[in-house]
Order: sequence, then structure tokens, then C-alpha cells
Amino acid sequence: MKKTITAGLAIGAALISGAATPTPVQAQAMEQFMPIPIYRTGPYAAGGTGYFGGMMDYMAMVNEKDGGVNGVKMTWEECETAYDNARGVECYERLKGKGPTGAAMFHPLSTGITYSTFEKGTADKVPVVSMGYGRGDAMVGSVFPYTFPLVTTYWSQNTAKIKFIGMKEGGMDKLKGKKLVNVYHDSAYGKETIDILNKQAAMYGFEVKHFPVAHPGLDQKAIWLQIKQIAPDWVILRGWGVMNPTAIKEAARIGFPREKMLGVWWSGSEEDMRPAGTAAKGFLAAGFHPAGKNFPVLKDIEKFVHAKKKGNVETERMGTIYYNRGVVSGIVSLEAIRIAQEKFGKKPLTGEQIQWGLENLNLTAARIKALGAEGLVQPLKTSCNDHEGGGAVKFQQWDGEKWNVVSDWIEADKALVRPLAEESAAKYAKEKGITPRDCSKAM
Amino acid sequence: MASDLNFFFEVLIGGLLSGVMYSLVALGFVLIYKASGVFNFAQGSMVLFAALTFVGIMEMGVPFWPALLLALIVMMLLAVGIERVVLRPLVNQPQISLFMATIGLSYLLEGLGQGLWGTEVRALDLGIEDLPNEWIQENLSLQISTFDIFSAASAAALVGLLALFFNKTKVGLALRAVADDHQAALAVGIPLQHVWAIVWAAAGLVALVAGMLWGSRLGVQFSLSLVALKALPVLILGGFTSVAGAIVGGLIIGASEKLAEVYIGTFTGGAIAAVENWFPYMLALLFLLVRPQGLFGEKIIERV
Repeated sequence: MKKTITAGLAIGAALISGAATPTPVQAQAMEQFMPIPIYRTGPYAAGGTGYFGGMMDYMAMVNEKDGGVNGVKMTWEECETAYDNARGVECYERLKGKGPTGAAMFHPLSTGITYSTFEKGTADKVPVVSMGYGRGDAMVGSVFPYTFPLVTTYWSQNTAKIKFIGMKEGGMDKLKGKKLVNVYHDSAYGKETIDILNKQAAMYGFEVKHFPVAHPGLDQKAIWLQIKQIAPDWVILRGWGVMNPTAIKEAARIGFPREKMLGVWWSGSEEDMRPAGTAAKGFLAAGFHPAGKNFPVLKDIEKFVHAKKKGNVETERMGTIYYNRGVVSGIVSLEAIRIAQEKFGKKPLTGEQIQWGLENLNLTAARIKALGAEGLVQPLKTSCNDHEGGGAVKFQQWDGEKWNVVSDWIEADKALVRPLAEESAAKYAKEKGITPRDCSKAM
Repeated sequence: MASDLNFFFEVLIGGLLSGVMYSLVALGFVLIYKASGVFNFAQGSMVLFAALTFVGIMEMGVPFWPALLLALIVMMLLAVGIERVVLRPLVNQPQISLFMATIGLSYLLEGLGQGLWGTEVRALDLGIEDLPNEWIQENLSLQISTFDIFSAASAAALVGLLALFFNKTKVGLALRAVADDHQAALAVGIPLQHVWAIVWAAAGLVALVAGMLWGSRLGVQFSLSLVALKALPVLILGGFTSVAGAIVGGLIIGASEKLAEVYIGTFTGGAIAAVENWFPYMLALLFLLVRPQGLFGEKIIERV
């Protein structure tokens, strides 16, 4: 017995000493790790698989075609969140330290998970990128150094929507006396624009009523009967998942014209329209990129990834709204890495270094063309204090089969959004005892 | 005033018709509960699995009716499989074990359905317009969807069929015996395994019909498994053991939640929002306080 214990201790000691023995210095793997907090299951799986499918396909294409970003191969690992905040946080914790230099950045793909992880990201120096979602005031980079609501926030999009409605009505002055209804997903995401809509209502003299729809939004009959009573001029739909086709069908049942329904970009995918069938015809939705496969970057993905049976999502989903959004996300993310490499060297970078890249993004029209994404991505320029960059929105209309773009880029009302964001960010900074960075000194 | 009254009736009738849709899901729970005394946590997943299977088969180019038949066969095979693998080893085990087994089954079916047929949202067109019925609109000045009327008629036909099957056949009698006491039923020669397989197959049929009707409205997607949430207050109200209770409970829940959403929401100036979400559960809770067995449920007195 004694012998066994002694032998066990000896083996244990040998193992420990072995572990502690310095090993020859190995060359750092030329890999950059990207966490993929996907949702392949749950009520919002269509969004999760489409978006991250596009993003992973783009990274795979860059690896296959260019050998990675300046020779640094992209690697990634999926973690299933099922669009659940707690699981999203778990995924963040599990993946943040992976790869030779840790996570490059974290794309929560959920406003709720963004709210749950952005402070962790700041503490861990891992940028949390919420492209087209997340909290609106995070565009103020001096207060939120590691949070990037890139391209456009919900707030910006909302002001573009009101501009679009104004254009349809014949001018912003024609909004006076109009009745708008805001049907929103009763979640952090859905509530994000209530305040700004109220402010715009006061500004332009229209009336707005808000109707929350509880997750998942399977039955909305009573809400739509109330909307019928109100007889609004426009309905803004901030839906998600099954809530969207249900709302559109209910609108058809009360005879509300779909041409007067304007969805947020999470209400504007093919997956939202098809279940609604003919009822969806005429429905309008915002978008910061179009659908379609006629972009060189998508042709490259087809050639280098899907033709080799290495796709991360069904080939037939290429070119859909969710898929293209993932590709846009991949383009912007890898561009930030490339820019950061210019400063810190062509090697795997830390989240802190990539944060610099995200703050110095400059996607010009020429660069976008070189990336094969002309017409897919809008020009984008960020800075220490502007973590949004773009801000413009296009509107598209469903013709029963596909989306058609029906407007030019409509700029957000930055004169309204920016002061509100700064006010909200200052309040947040005060609550948390944060001293905002001095962005005039940013390098 | 007339328009107010019309609106009230629209809300009421709309609610009643929604209630029928809830009843359809609740019916599946009742069947299993009657046979095994267990709350089948997997009923919502069965709805999803059935609808996914039906649409998946149709996508393979099979026409509507053969696809329906094939989906039904799949659901029956599933029922036999569940009986063999999940239920048979748990005969005479505490009911909580059976309940836990249905939780596992729920995850299995969700994963299996999505694994086999994918997570993409699919449209399902039954050829019934989900628009206000013109005749009703012209003659009664009410906007009631043709699809809702079709759903209510389908549910009524299904209930009639099941009532006949379980009340007028030996299987129905055996079912009640099995529900009362597994061991006693076995002792008098009732083939427990057969009864369970038949009941699970019947629940599979109900799930298929519910999945088709709900799937036609929402699209066939994961959210179909969540329609079970709508059935819970219906079951508490109507009783877990009564087919009639599932129907009446559904009607009460459907009508009351819609009326509450419209009138409580308006009365409080919107201060209390999403009323239809919590109201059915509050109503069910009140019922639990005064009549725990539900409206039509059996009052069980156990000697301890």
C-alpha cells in the first residue's frame, strides 16, 4: 500500500515537474481567433445561422484565397447561445481567451447579450462589436472604448425611418398630426427606440403609440385589433423571428396596408416574409446592405468555399439578407484587423490592438470596391469618439418573392442622435464613475 | 356606439377562435395525461416535429395528401418508439420519473426535427385565406378570418373523432383503467404497452393537425414548440383529464385574454402592457385556488 502511494506521489511529482519544465519557445501560431456565439437552435435560429454562416464563410474565403489577413489565418469556434443572455455570457467567458492572443472581438448578435457583455469586454479589453444593434449611446467612444455599434445604431436607423416616412408623405412638415404605431419586441432590443421616437414625435408633431409584443409573439390578435381602432398612418415594426410574419398576417387580417408598414432590419429578411405569404407583399424594411449574390465578394465565397463543400450554411441561403449581413460583418471585422496590423505588425493581435483598428476604420469607396463589396457595404469611417461610423440606411420592399431597394442611402439625423447619445453616455459614465477618455489625444 | 359593440364582438370572437387553436395543443396534453397520468412536457416539441416532418416530406416533392399520410405514419412510429424506449422501462415508476423522461424527450425531438429538416423557416400554405371572411363582413359587419373558422372546424372535427374513439371503444375504457392504476390494469389483462402506443399515436395526430394549423399561420419553425405555453393555462382551467375541459378552457382563456388585453390596456392608458401575456396565467392561478382540479377535471382524493 505504502509502495503504491509512494509510486503515485512520484508519478504526480514527475507530471508536475514536467509541466513546470520550460519547453523550447515555440513560434506563435499565425492565427487570429474569432468567437462565434451562434444560435443554431431556438426561435431565432434562422437569424443566427444566416448571419454567422455568412461571417464564417467570408473568413474561410479570406483564408483560402489570400491565406488569411496578411498571412494570419482566421480561426473560429462556435458556441451555442440559443439567443439566451445567460448562455451568451457563458460563451463570451469560454471563448474570450482562445487562440494565441485571445478573442479578436466578440459579436453578440443580440442586443440583450450586448448589454450583458459590453462591460466585461471593456474590463477584458475585448471589443464587443454590435453591428446594427446593441445600445445606441455606445457610439460615444470616449465613454464606451470597447463597444462598437458599427455602421448604424437603432437610434440612427430610427431617424432615417422617420425621414423616409416624411419623404413618402411629401415632406417632414406633413408629419404633423399623423398617427404612428410602434409594435415592438418586448425586450432590450425592442425598447431601444421608444425614447427617440417620443422625442421625434414631439419634434415633428406626430402622435406615436407603443405596443409591446411578448416573446415570441405567436398571437398578436388583440394588439392588432387595437391598432385597427387607432387607424394609424404608419406602423413601425420592431420584430424579431416569428413575431414578424405573425404581425404582417395580423395586419392583413385587419386590412392595414403593408405599404404603410416599416420594419427595422431585423424585420426585413426573407425568413420573415416567406411564412407570411402573399400578406407580406408591399412590406417595407430598413437595411444597411442589400440582398443578392451579384457581388464579387460573394462570387469568391462561392468559388473558394461553397464549391469546395466547405460552406458554413446551406449554399441556397447565400445572398439572403441575414447571410449578406454576416458577410458585411466579416468584411468590417477583418478590415479592422488589417488596419490594426498596419500599426502593430502582421501577426496575431490582442483585443486591445484590434480595438485600435476598429477605432481607425476607413472603408472608402475605393477600398470597398477592392474588397469586391461595392454596393454591399457603405463607406465607413470611425474614430475614438465615433464608434458608429456610417449611419445611412436604404429601404427595401418585398414584392412577394424578393427584396427590392426603393430608396437611396438615407442619412440618419445625426444632429438629433449624437447629442442624445452623448447625454445618455454622460449619464452612464456618471453612474459608473467613468472618466471619459480625451479623444483629442487619441493616436 | 354600434362600432364599439362591433369591436367588442370582434375581440370576443377573435379570442374564442384563438382559444380553439390553444385547445388543439391542450388536447395532446390531455390524451397523454389520461393514459399515463403524466404531464407530457414534449407535446410542444411533437407539434414542431410533426410540422417539420410534414413540410420536409412535401419539399421532397411528395403531394399534400400522401405527405400527410407519411407524416402521420412517422408520428405513429414515433409513438411506438417512445413506448418501447422511454415508457416501457418506467412502468410502475413514480410519475415524476415519467415526467422527467418527457423533458428529455422534448429536447430529443427538437434536436432531431431540426437536425433532420434544418432550422430554416418554411412557409406552409393550406390553401385557406387568412383574411376576413367576405360573407361575415358584409352580413354581420365583423372581420373574422376564414382561416380561423377553418381552424375551429378542424379542431371540432378532431375532438368529435377523439371523443368517439375514446368513449365508444374498448380502447377508451382501457385508457381510463390504465390512467387509474398501471399495475391493476396489467393485472386484469389490459395490454398497457398497446394502450400507451395508441394514445401517443393519437397525441401525434393531434400534434400534426396543430402543427399544420399553427405552422400555416406562423411558418414552420422552432417557435411552434412554444405554442405549448399557450396550452398550460387552458389545462389548468379545463382540467388535465377532460377533452371537453380542454375545449372549454381554451375558449375561456382565448376570449378573456383578448378582452383583457384590449380593455385593461386601454383602461389603464397603456400603463399595464402585454396583458394577454400574463392574464391567462393569473386566471389559471385563481382557478387553482378555488378549483384545483379545473372545471372538468377529476377530483382525486388520496389516502395518506
